[in-house]
Amino acid sequence: MTEQIAEPEVGRSRLRKEDARLVTGQTNWTDNINVNGLLHLAILRSPMAHARIDRIDVAPARERPGVVAAFTGQDLAEGLGSLPCAWPVTEDIVLPDHPPIAVDEVRYAGDPVAVVVARDRYAAADALEAVEVDYTPLPPVLDLEAALAEDSPLVHSDKGTNRCYVWPLATGESYAAVRERADVVLKRRYLQQRLIPNAMEPRAVVVTPLAASGEYTVYSATQIPHILRIMLAVVTGIPEQKLRVIAPDVGGGFGSKLQVYGEEALALAVARRLGRPVKWTESRSEGYLATHHGRGMIQDIEIAATSEGRLLGLKVDLLADMGAYLMLVTPGIPILGAFMYPAIYKMDAYDFTCTGVFTTKTPTDAYRGAGRPEATYAIERIMDELAVELDLDPIELRRLNWIRHEEFPYTSIAGLTYDSGNYEAATDKALALFGYDKLRAEQADRNRRGDLVRLGIGVSTFTEMCGLAPSRVLRDLRYAAGGWEAASIRMLPTGKVEVVTGTSPHGQGHVTCWSQIAADVLGVPFEDIEVVHGDTRAAPQGMDTYGSRSLVVGGAAVHHAAQKVVEKARKVAAHLLEASEHDLEFTHGVFSVKGSPEARRTIQEVAFETFSSHDLPDGMEPTINAEHLVDPDNFSYPHGTHLCAVEVDTETGLTTIRSYVCVDDVGSVINPMIVEGQVHGGVAQGIAQALYEEAVYDDEGNLVSGTMADYLVPSAADLPEFVTDRTETPATSNPLGSKGVGESGTIASTPAVVNAIVDALRPLGVTEVRMPCTPQRVWEALRSARAADGSVRSGEEASA
Amino acid sequence: MIPPAFDYVRPASVDEAVRTLADAGEDAKVLAGGQSLLPLLRLRLAFPELVVDVGRIPELRGIREDAGTLVIGAMTSHHDVIRDPLVRRHAGLLAAATATVADPAVRHRGTLGGSLAHADPAGDLPAVVLALDATLIAVGPDGQRAIPAREFFVDYLQTALRPDELLVRVEIPSTEGWGFHYEKFQRVAQAWAVVGVAALVRRDDGHLAESRIGLTNMGSTPLRATSTEAALTGADAEPGAVARAAEAAAEGTHPSSDPSGSPEYRAHLARVLTRRAVLAALE
Repeated sequence: MTEQIAEPEVGRSRLRKEDARLVTGQTNWTDNINVNGLLHLAILRSPMAHARIDRIDVAPARERPGVVAAFTGQDLAEGLGSLPCAWPVTEDIVLPDHPPIAVDEVRYAGDPVAVVVARDRYAAADALEAVEVDYTPLPPVLDLEAALAEDSPLVHSDKGTNRCYVWPLATGESYAAVRERADVVLKRRYLQQRLIPNAMEPRAVVVTPLAASGEYTVYSATQIPHILRIMLAVVTGIPEQKLRVIAPDVGGGFGSKLQVYGEEALALAVARRLGRPVKWTESRSEGYLATHHGRGMIQDIEIAATSEGRLLGLKVDLLADMGAYLMLVTPGIPILGAFMYPAIYKMDAYDFTCTGVFTTKTPTDAYRGAGRPEATYAIERIMDELAVELDLDPIELRRLNWIRHEEFPYTSIAGLTYDSGNYEAATDKALALFGYDKLRAEQADRNRRGDLVRLGIGVSTFTEMCGLAPSRVLRDLRYAAGGWEAASIRMLPTGKVEVVTGTSPHGQGHVTCWSQIAADVLGVPFEDIEVVHGDTRAAPQGMDTYGSRSLVVGGAAVHHAAQKVVEKARKVAAHLLEASEHDLEFTHGVFSVKGSPEARRTIQEVAFETFSSHDLPDGMEPTINAEHLVDPDNFSYPHGTHLCAVEVDTETGLTTIRSYVCVDDVGSVINPMIVEGQVHGGVAQGIAQALYEEAVYDDEGNLVSGTMADYLVPSAADLPEFVTDRTETPATSNPLGSKGVGESGTIASTPAVVNAIVDALRPLGVTEVRMPCTPQRVWEALRSARAADGSVRSGEEASA
Repeated sequence: MIPPAFDYVRPASVDEAVRTLADAGEDAKVLAGGQSLLPLLRLRLAFPELVVDVGRIPELRGIREDAGTLVIGAMTSHHDVIRDPLVRRHAGLLAAATATVADPAVRHRGTLGGSLAHADPAGDLPAVVLALDATLIAVGPDGQRAIPAREFFVDYLQTALRPDELLVRVEIPSTEGWGFHYEKFQRVAQAWAVVGVAALVRRDDGHLAESRIGLTNMGSTPLRATSTEAALTGADAEPGAVARAAEAAAEGTHPSSDPSGSPEYRAHLARVLTRRAVLAALE
């Protein structure tokens, strides 16, 4: 008997296969891994932002109970190369040496200076206090503009400058020329505060050596087991074939685990030195110092338009905070944003320059959205300002300028070819769900009454580029690797299926979605499919998970590999049915001969026949397993319209989100529930940047927001109920018709919230509030506006 | 996060706890619900040689009424305080404020006595017991001592408790019939108050016969807004009078500065929140 599958799996809100294990604690986090003889690492970190190490003595730590070894940077320097930067964005980029552990100079508070190895983590932590270090403080470098001044102290004195690179892009007409003919030119400065990623699972690494054969297994809470393996081979000199990297259950990343960290290299170096298995797990406050940060930019943006509101050109000058060192893709993050400032709008000229700047702070790198939230924020904020300048409704200004649905595919001024989209449809749906006109009426009424609590409406019509990425484009951007993804499908003798993927899920639900995709192509039950991932030995080929790439590249690879299986199986089935391949139909997992439906073989039967190989076509390789690698032709361009209504208490400055509507277009949807979850989480993270989160440093370069008591991550209690909906304009760049969804919520939501706050306060003279828009900052903005106005406005009079 | 090494004892009675503390001298810390001490240990900001866990001393738990005075054992959990009918009747302000402390997990483990003895001026309950004119009862080697709330909080994280004394209970004169409100201003639900205002008001016809206002996070200790209290005494129970009195709420305060608020902003908040708290208490 065969199981008839009535409805397609793709498009169903299947409960996640992953969750039963996750919610019952049967998980295998890296920190849960325990092996005989395991030793524990603790890392002493610099308490200063910038200092010379004059003397360091780990001998007293070695005397502490339970301590097995202790090392300085000098002790480990041999056999540990510089940590890699895979994205040197320009030919003349300043690429400083980045030892996994500092040798003679520390360059951010948290830079590792010594490693203690002990029998348990308590002994290791205690012994850190015995390490003696003498530092000579050096001047910190904290401000991006000051860092570029002639007389600035240097982060890397041997490089002679804090300017890491200058990356220009100028497309279309000359910006200077279009500026000449513009009726309106607006210039604004926006600040992207530094953010700390806060994956739920902290980083952890376990290394188990097999001394006799020189083999090492590295378990790491990483998004990128495949890339990590290559890079650890390069950093440590251990031959790649002797390294196996496993990403066990990984509890979130948001880009923070898209990294090759010093601690991973150190754990491997210590395991090699001692011939013993070692473990390192960061604490949350340690992670705040030593896990890479995100954002950190000064954005100078200028927009030129006609008096009717048609955009003519855009000019962006960016200063991007690299932090102390270039990590895996640090310099490339703002470049991912470079292409997104023009967003969904048509214009004649675009001029972009990014200057990367070194500071004595924790290095920055990818954080959910990576360059694109920053770009979207700047363009969507200044579009609102332009609407005010031209006395247009912000939606109307956007309508005037966006690419109309009949114009796709459309090559943007930045040179990207947007394959599909329908901004009109998403916006119309969002406006209806939001009750835009009614809210505008209420806002006007409250402004008239001088209400102490003002209502504001924020708009964000976004698109983004994700699904990283066409390998040739990556080459042109000077990224070191390609952007393909691999999948293979193993048809087991009993008719069950293993899908092997090169993506490395850490919360996204790949096991569920890949099962849905394979089930439809192969015609096998969803439950019969297992997905293998995150182990370089079990899933040897892959480019891992980041940049909303897994579905549109990796999922597409699964789709193609499954099709290859069907085509191989068709040959076997035709042979068994003594029919021509062309006369076979394949539906719901069953091959049948056209016109004689009783002549049939299920794909499971074919799998067993192939296993036994007793009766295969002459010359056929005895397998129907298949592998497929996809190198995408294009990026993926999800888009959508997010609308936010806020209430701002003008007395305290407190912002409360009253309603939030998002209509996202992520093309065809594999699992609507998972898409909804991605949107919720993404929007929450974007709201967090708008209202709550900021990595704050003091004048000495110490991280002030060093724990979760000071770095405010919102919880469900702080967030509104999101109204989510979708339009579905299929992508044409992959067979699934899907677009990436992992980052879109984060990219869209931040400007929607800040636009709403400024919209609420504009009648009171406020034109800008710096993120995060804390109550104090809102209060100060109101106070400055009042002072500038020189008189108390009618609103306050009415309420006093 | 790994705390430094310490010795641990769990006495079974108040007498045993006090003897243990007396023997240990300055190097002991009392562990109540652990919601403040354990983070301090794990961040290596506290280095006690001995931790005295008073979590299994039955006489430290429970709530009763004694001739118009509410008596709450020091180890009574926030959760129990919130749910107790006697607390609601005699000290509604305490129940209301305790319900705003942190999150359910913390409220199940954290205790009233632990919160008061920790004396964090950003904690909600110190300002509340100050407004309630509570008396804190400590037991030491020489017996029992009653400390009025206004003498209990000495400085940032410092109380009038001696190293060999244990806070055993809190006595609160009944405020049955008073209006009350705790106005907490925080940036996220689980954060400490940027500023909090605990207001108690007793009406006499259209006037305010008596009012007591406690301020959270407006200095190194919880404070009373004495100028506002004075201005409210005998004032009309109407918004204008309350607003005028609230303008004095920040007088004599010395709030700290952090990314959530400058001293100036906190002073502003104290005025706004005091007005709101008193008006809410009057409703």
